Amino acid sequence: MNAMGAIIRRDLLMVMRRKSEVLTALFFFVIVSSLFPLGIGPEPALLRKIAPGVLWVGALLASMLGLQRMFAADHADGTLEQMVISPTPLVLLVFGKIVAHWLVSGLPLVLIAPVLGMQFDLDVSALGVLMLALLLGTPLLSLIGAIGAALTLGVRGGGVLLSLLVLPLYIPALIFGAGAVQAHISGLGADGHLSLLAAILALAAFFAPWAATAALRIALE
Amino acid sequence: MIWNSASDFFAMGGYGLYVWGSFGICAVAFLAEPLLIRMRHREIVRTLRRQAAAEKLELENK
Amino acid sequence: MSNRLINWFRFSSPHNFYPLAGKMIPVFWMLTALFGVAGLWMGFFVAPTDAQQGEGYRIIFIHVPASWMSMVIYMAMAAWAAVGLSLNARLSSMMAQALAPTGALMAFLSLWTGAFWGKPMWGTWWVWDARITSELILFFLYLGFMALQASIDDPRRADKAGAVLALVGAVNVPIIYYSVVWWNTLHQGSSINLTKSSMAVTMMWGMLLMALCLWMYSIAVALTRVRAIILEREAHTDWVKQLKEIKA
Repeated sequence: MNAMGAIIRRDLLMVMRRKSEVLTALFFFVIVSSLFPLGIGPEPALLRKIAPGVLWVGALLASMLGLQRMFAADHADGTLEQMVISPTPLVLLVFGKIVAHWLVSGLPLVLIAPVLGMQFDLDVSALGVLMLALLLGTPLLSLIGAIGAALTLGVRGGGVLLSLLVLPLYIPALIFGAGAVQAHISGLGADGHLSLLAAILALAAFFAPWAATAALRIALE
Repeated sequence: MIWNSASDFFAMGGYGLYVWGSFGICAVAFLAEPLLIRMRHREIVRTLRRQAAAEKLELENK
Repeated sequence: MSNRLINWFRFSSPHNFYPLAGKMIPVFWMLTALFGVAGLWMGFFVAPTDAQQGEGYRIIFIHVPASWMSMVIYMAMAAWAAVGLSLNARLSSMMAQALAPTGALMAFLSLWTGAFWGKPMWGTWWVWDARITSELILFFLYLGFMALQASIDDPRRADKAGAVLALVGAVNVPIIYYSVVWWNTLHQGSSINLTKSSMAVTMMWGMLLMALCLWMYSIAVALTRVRAIILEREAHTDWVKQLKEIKA
C-alpha cells in the first residue's frame, strides 16, 4: 500500500515538474470541443443535442494522449525493471501508475467539463450528470489505456497503434457515458446508464491492472 | 425451379446489383485469399531454397 | 499397447503438425465445395421468394454466415492464443496468427454484404443497427490484433502480447455488443430487423449449409496459412532444411 502511494506521489511530482503534460491534455480537450460548433454551426438546439457525444469523444481523445507516457519514461531510464523486481507486487505498482495517470489526464477533464458544457448550452443539472459520468468514465479510460500502453511499450509506431488498440475497447464507456447525459436531457433519467458505467468501472478496476501487469511482463522479457 | 429463365435469375427481381455485388465480392475474396497464401508459401520456400543452396556452396568451398 | 494410442500431443510440435496439416487441407476443401454447392442450391433454387424483400433477401445466405464466422473465428483465435500463452506453445500462437486475417476478411465481408443489403431495403449504404455496428468494432479488434503482431519484431513477444490483446478483446465483445444494443434501441425509433422472426425452413437450411461451407473454408485457409507461418518461423531448424521442397 505504501509503495502504491509512493508511486502515485512520485508520478505526480514528475508531472508537476513538467506541467505541460497536464495542460496539453486539458487544452486538447478544450480546443477539440470548440472545433465541433465551429464545424457544425452555432444553433443552440443542435449544440445541446451533440454536446454529450462531442464532449465525451473529446475527453476520450485527450485522455488517450497521455497514455504512452504511462510506462515509457520509466522504461527508458530503467525504473520499470526496478519495479518488476521489487518486493511489492507489480500489480499494486501498476495500479498506482494508473491512478496517477487519471489524476493527471482524467480528473482535470472532469473539472473543466462544466465550463465546456456551458458552451454547448447545457443546463446545470445536465452539467452535473456530465461531471458524474466523466468521473466514472475517465478512470475507466485510464484502466483500459494502461493495457494498451503496456502492450505497445517500446514498439514502433507506438502512439497510433495504441489508439487503434484502445479505442474499440473505449466504446462501451463512450456509449454509456454520453448516453447518460442524453438520457438525462431527454427526461428519461441517467440512473441506468450511470449504474452500468459504474459496474463496468468496477470490473475494469479489478481486471485491467492484472492484464496490464501481464502485458508489462511480456514487454520486458 | 423457381426461376422462369436465366435472365430472371441474373436480374434477381430487380435486386441483381445488390445480390451479385454481395456474392461477387465474396467469390473474389475467397479466391484471392488462398492465392495470396500460396504466393506467401512459395516466397518462403524460394527464400529457404536459396539459403540452402548458399550454405551448400559454403560447405563445398571450405 | 502404447502403439495403439495416438499421442495427440505429438502434433503440438510444428515439425509434426506441418505434414498433418498438409494432408488435412484437401479434405477441408472438399467439404467446403460440398457444403457450398448444397448451400447455394438451397439458397438460390429451393428457398422461396420473400414476401417483403423479394429476391434481395438472398444476400442473407452469405451475410449471416460471414457474420457468424467472424465471431467464431475470433473466439477460436483468442482460444488458441490463450493456449499459446499459458502453455508456452509456439504452434498454438501460430494458429492464432493464421486465423486472424481470415476472421478480419469475414468481418469485412459481413459489413460489405450488410451494406449491399441495407441499400435496397432501407435506402442507405450504412445502417447503425446494433449488429452491424458491433461487427464494425469486431473488425477493428481484428485489425488491432494484426497490427500489434506486425509491429513487434520478436515473434514470441508478438505471440504473447497478441494473446493478451485477444483475450481482453474476447472479454469485451459481449460488453461491447450489449452496449451497442442498448445504444441502438434508445436511439432508433423504428427497429430495423435484419433477420425475420419466422423464417422458412429452407431459408434456415440455406444459411446453415453456407455457414458450414464458410467454416470448412476457414479451416482450410487457416491450415494453409499456418504452414507458411511455420516455414517462416522455423526456418532455422533442421527439419525445415531437410524438407523435400527445400532441400537443394
